[in-house]
Amino acid sequence: MKTITYGESIKEAIEFEMKRDPMIFLAGEDVAKLGGAFGTTAGLAKEFGPDRVMDTPISETAIIGLAIGSSVLGMRPIVELMYVDFAGVAMDEIMNQAAKMRYMFGGKATLPMVVRAATGATVRGAAQHSQTIEAMFTHIPGLKVVMPATAADAKGLLISAIRDNNPVMFLEHKALYSMKGDVPEGEYVVPLGKANIAKEGTDVTIVAWSLMTQVALQAAKQLETEEISAEVVDLRSLAPLDKEAILASIKKTHRLVIVQEAVHTSGFAAEIAALVAEECLDELDEKIIRVTAPDCPIPYSPVLEDEYVPNPEKVIAAVKSII
Amino acid sequence: MKKTKEKMLGIYRNVVAIRKFEMMAHEQYANGFLHGSVHLYAGEEGVAAGVCGGLNENDYITSTHRGHGHLIAKGGDLKLMMAELFGKATGYCNGKGGSMHICDMDLGILGSNGIVGAGLPIVVGAGFACKQFGKKQVAVCFFGDGAANRGTFHESLNLTATWKLPVIYALENNFYGISGSQRELTTVKELSVRAKAYDIPGFTVEGNDVMAVFESTCEAVERAREGKGPTLLEFKTWRHLGHWEGDPDTRLFIYREQKEHEEWLKKDPVILFRAALINEKFATAGELDAIDKKVQEEIDEAVEFAMDSPFPAIETLTENVYCL
Repeated sequence: MKTITYGESIKEAIEFEMKRDPMIFLAGEDVAKLGGAFGTTAGLAKEFGPDRVMDTPISETAIIGLAIGSSVLGMRPIVELMYVDFAGVAMDEIMNQAAKMRYMFGGKATLPMVVRAATGATVRGAAQHSQTIEAMFTHIPGLKVVMPATAADAKGLLISAIRDNNPVMFLEHKALYSMKGDVPEGEYVVPLGKANIAKEGTDVTIVAWSLMTQVALQAAKQLETEEISAEVVDLRSLAPLDKEAILASIKKTHRLVIVQEAVHTSGFAAEIAALVAEECLDELDEKIIRVTAPDCPIPYSPVLEDEYVPNPEKVIAAVKSII
Repeated sequence: MKKTKEKMLGIYRNVVAIRKFEMMAHEQYANGFLHGSVHLYAGEEGVAAGVCGGLNENDYITSTHRGHGHLIAKGGDLKLMMAELFGKATGYCNGKGGSMHICDMDLGILGSNGIVGAGLPIVVGAGFACKQFGKKQVAVCFFGDGAANRGTFHESLNLTATWKLPVIYALENNFYGISGSQRELTTVKELSVRAKAYDIPGFTVEGNDVMAVFESTCEAVERAREGKGPTLLEFKTWRHLGHWEGDPDTRLFIYREQKEHEEWLKKDPVILFRAALINEKFATAGELDAIDKKVQEEIDEAVEFAMDSPFPAIETLTENVYCL
């Protein structure tokens, strides 16, 4: 076990896997010489050479195409979208090609590819560099969507994603890159599709993912001092989703608050709310609350962004309104 | 690659097989057995057959929405193709894909594709893997004049040229993207000039001259195998039928000129290639007739197979979304 950052954990996962399997390579804008726009892949170009760690032009369709074409021929590419917001320019490659090739081709194509992308707000990146558009990806069958909330999970989930034979959108939160955590050394695998009970509790279930897991944990800590016992369910993967973990928690607490950084309408929290309403409505004692960003693009001004992104105070208020 | 009799007759078989397959698909679409959007390759056989004739079985191609020709020329099974078009369980993709999404990984066919220009980014990855594998394999990207205006064209050529990937770009210029005329929607007469922007070789070739298609492809393939990077080949050709089945232009000449159409019909690649083979003494008329006959039998078998095959079981609806 050692204490390293979320960003360093990601690098560890990539390094470990690339040493193990020569079919794995890394490509993206600025990933080699610069070590990534966020420094995540520093040193890998030197370690693995220009055949395995490659800088690309600003060509997202070609970058995702590189992953699609090479993976279908048997390689295991890890490509990067510098910001998930740039998925827009390669949306066909993601949603119509990578996601669908296996199905359309009757199972004949296998695409073991990972698309890593920096997501999220709070760093004043403004509207086009701060989104967490996971709901767009979870809405496309054929994609897996993974969003680690801790340094250890960043490593364990990325190793699983790399070993998975499906296209995986691995959404890293840019505000978490410098967050430290205890991370097991060597081979550490966290399976996709299994949520983590980040904190056990009895009075309310708070479902969260990515940065919002940290926000939920802060809220839960404060709530403990007020004798409200919150259980925080960190989803880790949105697709595949650990539905059982959510339902089991609700059967215990009978109250649900979902914390989502993304905009309110049609976010993944809506999916969880619908799922819970469909499958254990009678376990709920209170209405479901979604704590989310409002339906607008992310603002630039710090005062506005701080209001935009859900914070512990908003989560606490939501919990108290149903206790 | 040498122009042996065997090679030339193999290409001829493919030219004929594509024509007959497409005309049968045309007929069966009208009979209600094919569904949705079907884009037939009749008239363009010279390109698919000539290009694929220059490839080995372990080379790769990416195809288009007008992909039956590429699939057949790369060795696709006519029965499995017809069954897929009929939406049957026995089709190449178990009925999941249809005309625009047919794939055969064993033959290096990375799929026909319903998105114009989508093969261009995919060939970057295929070319990259071919280079890494070190077995001198190459990847051909088929695409049309319409796709040449997509951003994917630019991104793909720039990257494969920069990384010197073993790729051949086969641009099938049939002058129209549905009704959009290449001559009205681009500034250049010959799209192959765009190769200059990426500092790669670019050539415009008569697409209905199968020998010319084959020869130019072989040169580009050789370049690629030697690690010298991609080539852009523009093949001028013409589709005999509509953009898609049901296109009113076929009868009414809304966006194409009847006169031009009739000129191109005179340059029918099936007829021209047959004449060339006989002239250059690769085959006798009798040998070519025998190939025609055999292909016709295969087509008839393919239709029978498709007709007799079952539709997919409903239980298969959500299979193969993910690799388990």
